[in-house]
This record gives sequence, structure tokens and C-alpha cells, in this order.
Amino acid sequence: MSFMTKIMGTAAALAMSATAALAEPALIFDLGGKFDKSFNEAAHNGAQRWAEETGGSYREIELQSEAQREQALRRFAESGANPVITMGFAMADALSVVAPEYPDTKFVAVDVTWLEAPNIRQIGFAEHEGSYLVGMMAAMASETGTVGFVGGMDIPLIRHFGCGYAQGVKAVNPDATIIANMTGTTPAAWNDPVKGSELTKAQISQGADVVYAAAGGTGVGVLRTAADEGILSIGVDSNQNYLHPGQVLTSMLKRVDVAVYDAMKAGADLETGVFTMGLANDGVGYALDEFNAELVSDEMKAAVDAAREKIINGDLEVVAYYTNDNCPAIDF
Amino acid sequence: MDFLTIIQILDSTIRLATPLLLACLAGLYSERAGIFDIGLEGKMLMAAFFSAAVAAVTGSVWLGLLAGIASSMVLSGLHGLASITFRGNQLISGVAINFLAAGMTVLIAQDWFKQGGRTPSLFDQGRFNPITLPFAETLEPVPFIGPIYAELISGHSILVYLALLAVPGTWWLLYRTRFGLRLRAVGENPAAVDTAGVSVVGLRYAAVAICGVLCGIAGAYLATALQAGFVKDMTAGRGFIALAALIFAKWRPWHALYACLLFGFLQAIALRYQNIDLGAFVVPVQAMDALPYVLTVVILAGFVGKAIPPRAGGEPYVKER
Repeated sequence: MSFMTKIMGTAAALAMSATAALAEPALIFDLGGKFDKSFNEAAHNGAQRWAEETGGSYREIELQSEAQREQALRRFAESGANPVITMGFAMADALSVVAPEYPDTKFVAVDVTWLEAPNIRQIGFAEHEGSYLVGMMAAMASETGTVGFVGGMDIPLIRHFGCGYAQGVKAVNPDATIIANMTGTTPAAWNDPVKGSELTKAQISQGADVVYAAAGGTGVGVLRTAADEGILSIGVDSNQNYLHPGQVLTSMLKRVDVAVYDAMKAGADLETGVFTMGLANDGVGYALDEFNAELVSDEMKAAVDAAREKIINGDLEVVAYYTNDNCPAIDF
Repeated sequence: MDFLTIIQILDSTIRLATPLLLACLAGLYSERAGIFDIGLEGKMLMAAFFSAAVAAVTGSVWLGLLAGIASSMVLSGLHGLASITFRGNQLISGVAINFLAAGMTVLIAQDWFKQGGRTPSLFDQGRFNPITLPFAETLEPVPFIGPIYAELISGHSILVYLALLAVPGTWWLLYRTRFGLRLRAVGENPAAVDTAGVSVVGLRYAAVAICGVLCGIAGAYLATALQAGFVKDMTAGRGFIALAALIFAKWRPWHALYACLLFGFLQAIALRYQNIDLGAFVVPVQAMDALPYVLTVVILAGFVGKAIPPRAGGEPYVKER
């Protein structure tokens, strides 16, 4: 009996300390998992940077199923975490339900821009702009005039990536052929490197010699096969150049780490509203480091940087897939 | 669609069908002996992880293969213990194995390599590289036969040939040996086998062990031949497609080969052509992905022949006293 009371006592103490630890930020990773070498890992890196610089601590959870989304949000909000940072478009529905219930908690939604709630900071990325730049590089590096795109799950966001990429390719070489494939239609498509490999092989046999992977963990298989078969690949979200030095042309950077870092730094005083991170504020870009320095010629760099300037100035508009749910440069 | 494209699709078919075939044969042994096994997926996943992990640490792919087989056999042993010795529910045990493998692999990988539940990338010695069969290059210029030999038959990893050889091997073992006869009998009427003085428990454990070996090879093929390393959940439902193939093949080895090749072919087509334009209408890629399951349901529903599972399947054997 006394053992039972002890347990109850400890549980109560724990519960109280949980509510006492106020304003700790919390981070919810999407189904791809914390270490997907891509989108979620970038968030993790941003959070780690914040923790190291400030000595603060944060709470985190890796979602295992769709059903956990609301549950995780509520759990963190109940325990006083502030802000609660969520990754991925799929959190939108859960957020629209939970956020109004906790008006004093600030939420951050990465990849969500369409919600109406006063306590959500919504961060969208101009992925099409970054993809446009790597598309230009792909077209310049390609000798066959055929380039590939491997998407993860077939959702508008991934089409948005592919659409920007296709426009970049066409801008350099209007006659270029773009082979675009999606891995699947379920979340399993983010973690199927074997299928990613087969798609890449299929694209290579159709003449592709540069392949852009926007597919989370599946992209690991795409990059691997591209390296095995001696063609170039393009990584996504995080800098993936180091995975196969000299064989990854570049990576389309989506600075999720910066978004997460900024949100954690702002803490509970976070400014809410809709924010867009594009080329202008270095929210997206392409990666250049020692691993791909030999692959990127001066000419390539000059052309891409010129295009970057133009997009920032507004002289060049990259059409977003969302605008009218289709793409001028490619059919999916 | 030109000749070369067909060759490439068939080539892709073989690569995709191999893990299915190995897992399907694994299930065939187990289910023919009366032990339903929906843990094929979990065993493959576990083997994929251990083969990649050991290959990464030791640098030898053969040690990796052995480790993969061993880990898969441990899970098989667990399944055997639960469903043969303790006469538990075989389906529940199988589900438990799937969950166990999904969690354990990532947990051990994270603890071991600290790369977020994956293994480091494997390099040359740590992988099963494609082997070129003799005369492949000499024969390549020969029209028609050349490309078929050089592209389609040659240039796969050794595990592919092993999987293909396992089909006649299984057929011979099941239908031409005393062991095979008893194994099939134990799945139909274990009481008769027992009356004949042969150990039902022993036979069922043997079947489950063979199942473990084949699942181990399937997992190692995924992680060390098709890929160069383990990624979480990398089997992506292949164990379940293999089960579907097993039902489609009505628990027969040669038909298992055809079923796996068919399912592999459907996947290869789906990967190559996202949407198939048949003129009148367009077949979306999702339809191709779902086709293996649809075909299995059609078979199960009895529209095309009848799929009758081994009679004693799923039932633990209790000796009469």
C-alpha cells in the first residue's frame, strides 16, 4: 500500500513539475521522422542550434501515426509548452482544431499558410523559387537534355517543387525533356528507398542524367542509385551534397532550420501571422560547398545567381503550382 | 514501346520480384506446415537491418548475410515458440513480430550508429554487387538474344540467382522427398503424422526455421544488394504483398514464382509509366499499385479457381490423450 502511495505521490509531483516548467518550446516532427536527412532533420538542427546557443531545452515528439497529431498538440499545449512548433502541411487540420482551444499558446506551422487563427505563426517557403534555380543547374549540367524528378508522396507541395524545377529546366533548355515520377500516394512513399532506386533506374534508362529527389527518406535511394550509375543527383531540404561527394550536383535548401531557430528564439513573444521565406530572405537557395565545387562551373553559378537576382527584383516570376493547381512547364 | 524498353522493364521486374519471391517461398514452407505467418514483413525488416549493420561494421557482406539470416531465424524461433510450443494465436504472434521488428531495428540502429535509425552507407565490399555472367559482353552485339542475355539474365546480384534456384529446390523438397511429404501432411492432418510416429512439433519447427532463412535472405537482398544500407521501414509492405502472392499462387512453388513475377511486373510498369494511356481512358498509377491486392481478393473470392489453404493451418496441434 505504501508503495502505491509512493507511486501516486511521484506521479503527482511529476505532473506538477510538468506544468511548472513554463514556456519551454516544443517541436513536433512529421511522419518522416527526426533523422530523415532532409525536412525534419533540418528542423532538428535548428532546434539543436538554439539549445546550444541559449542553453535552453525543448520538448519533442516524432509522430508515428495520423491519429497522434491532435493528441500531441494538446499534450504540449496542456503542459505549458510555448511556442509549439509543428512540421509539415499535414498538421493543418489538427492545428485548426486545437489552436483556438489554447488562445494563450503560440503555435508555429511550417509549410502551412492558409489557416485563420490569431495565435499561429504560419511559415511558407517559396520552394518553387529554389527549385527553379536547381532546375537551371540541372539543365546546364545535363548532356542528354533529359532530366528527372522523383517526388515522394503525391501531394500539391511536392508538385510545387517539381513545377518550379521544370520551369528552371525549360528556362535554360526549352527542348529539354523532364521525366517526373511520384513514389506513391501514402505516407509510406517518404520511406521507400528501394522504390526510389527503381524509379531512378527507370529514368536513367529513359535518358535522364540529372535527377532531383524531393522525397524525404526515399531520396536516399535516389541519390545512391544516381551515384552508382554515374549520373548526377540533386538533394533537397537539407544540404545533402556530402552523401556522395562529387556526385550530388547541389541541394535545394529549404531553411527549415532557420525558421525553427527563429521561432524558438522569439519564444512566447513570437509574432504570429503568415510569413513567407523565399530567395529574398534566404529561406530557400542552393547549396555550394567543397563536395560539389567541381561540379558547379562559374558559368552555371553566374547564370543561377543572375536568375536569383531577377526573381528577388520581381523581373522574373516563377509560377507556383498552387496558383491554379497546374504547372505551365510539365504535366504530372 | 521498343524492344530495349521491354528488356528494361523485365530487368526491373526481376529486381522487384526477388524479395517477394524469397518471402513468398518462406511463407510457403511455414504455411504448408500449418503455421500461418504474417510476420514475414517483420522478419525481412529485421534481417535487412542486421545484414546492413554487420556488413557496415565488419566490411564483409557475407557476414552481413549470415547476421541477417540469424536475426530473422531468432524471430522465427519466437513465432514458433508462441504458436507451436505454447499454442498461441499465430496471427497475433505474427503481428507482434511485425511491431517488434519495426521498433527494434530503429532503436538498435540509433543506439549503435547514432544516425537516426539508419545504418551508414555500405561501400563495395559491404554490398552484393551485380555479377556479370560469362560471355555477357561477347554476346551483347548478337541481335535479340544478346540484349536478353546481357541485360536481363546477367548483371544481377548472386541473391537473385539464389532466389530463382530456390523455386525448383522448394518444389523438389516438398514433392520429391520424405521430409516434404511429411511437411505437407503436417499442414493438412497433423494427427495422421503423429500416428505415424513422426514429431509434429519437430517438423513445424523445421518449417519455421526454413522460413526464417529465406526471409533473412530477402531482407539482406533489400538492404545490401538493392540498397546500400538500412532505412527505417524499408520493406514498405513487401512482406504483405508476398503473402498476397502466396495466396494467389495457392501455396505452390512454381505458381509462387509466376505470382511474384507478375506482381513485380505490375510494380515495374507502375514505376515506368505513371499513367497509362489506353486511348479511351487513362489508367492511373494507383490502380497499378493496388492491382496485386485486387487480384488476391478476386482469387480468394473464388472467381478464378479456388484458393484453399492447408487444412490444419492456423491451428495449434494438441496431442490427444
